[in-house]
Order: sequence, then C-alpha cells, then structure tokens
Amino acid sequence: MNTQIEISDKPLDIQSCIDWVMSPQSGGIDVFIGTVRDATKDKAVIRLEFEAYKPMALKEMNRIAKQVFAKWTVQKLLIHHRTGVLQVGEVPVIIAVSCAHRDAAFEACRYVIDTLKQTVPIWKKEIFEDGEVWVAAHP
Amino acid sequence: MKINVLAFGIAKDIFGGSSINVELPEQGTTGNLKQSLESSYPLLKQLASYMVAVNNEYAQDENILSERDEVAIIPPVSGG
Repeated sequence: MNTQIEISDKPLDIQSCIDWVMSPQSGGIDVFIGTVRDATKDKAVIRLEFEAYKPMALKEMNRIAKQVFAKWTVQKLLIHHRTGVLQVGEVPVIIAVSCAHRDAAFEACRYVIDTLKQTVPIWKKEIFEDGEVWVAAHP
Repeated sequence: MKINVLAFGIAKDIFGGSSINVELPEQGTTGNLKQSLESSYPLLKQLASYMVAVNNEYAQDENILSERDEVAIIPPVSGG
C-alpha cells in the first residue's frame, strides 16, 4: 500500500502532490482539490477555520486508504488536509490517486473524499460578517 | 474514576475548553459518560449527533472506560 497521508497547517502544494502519485505503472491520475467557497446558502463567507483531532484523523484516513486498496487496483494514494485559517480560494484538501486504468482512479478518488467527509475527525467553522458557525453541527 | 475528555469543534465551545474531567463509577461505560455529559452540558443534545472516541477509535455505548483511555467527544465532522 503506497500512500502519503498528511495533516498540516501549512499551505498545500498541488504540483508536488501530483508529482508524488506519478508512477510508470499508472495510466492515469485523478485529483480532487477542495477549495474555500465564498458563500454558503447565499451568505458571504469571509474565511474558514479547520481543526483536526490529528492522531485519530490520520488513523481514519489510513483506514480509508486500506479500504481503497482492497476495493480497487491503485498504484498510489495521497491525502493531504490542511488545518488553521483559510481564506476564500485556498485549498483545504487534496486527494490524488494513480491507477493503471481511469475507472478505478475516478471511483477511488470520489470514495476517498466522500468517506473523509463522513468519518475523519476534522471540523470547519465558517466565519461570516455577522457571526460564525461550526458546519454540520446542528440539524 | 476520573476521565479526562478532549473536546473538538463545537464541543469545545459547549464545554468552555479543550478538555474537561468527568467523574464516573469504576467500570463506567461510554454510554454512562454521555449521560453524565448531557446532564451537565444540555447543549450537547441539540447537536445533529455526536460520537465518543476512545484511544482514537469510535466507541460504542457499552464500551467500558478506564482512566488510562484517551477519550474525546466527536461532534459532527465537516472536513474536506
């Protein structure tokens, strides 16, 4: 299982993530780049703040990686997540998957981001002009 | 026994800090901990959901706790 899984408070480097998953055995790379959007339900977002329970978040990300390698034939999988204060347009998450064939790359990449959003203990707070809210906290 | 409980996200706001101590009877469970926390911090019950993690794993209510466990309250996650 060839993975690179990191949580960092430094800006993420998209090119180095893509370079890392490159491999001669791969016919394609699928990349998901999460970006900070400037609005939620028509309300202007000033910035986001991300917090992680780092040891458990890394463990859950590794669990997802194991599932991916069990389900699809994957060469390399990279998951980088950022924490701290992010401005609009900045990148909180990068998923990169290289596979021999594109179907597996697309499916695995989507599985990683969808599952990460459900199980990995990372939280984001949206900061508005007139207040702030922890996303998904309340029904 | 005294359980140190870590808090993240909105749970930190509800507890007023990044960790709190909770007194539980010996052999107390994750479920007992949730009951105790919910009576001290009723705002927990207004969350969409929350989980308890023990030693970096999601724990079931019947899980028996010990003072050596690393225990954390995991409100609804929203990474990505």
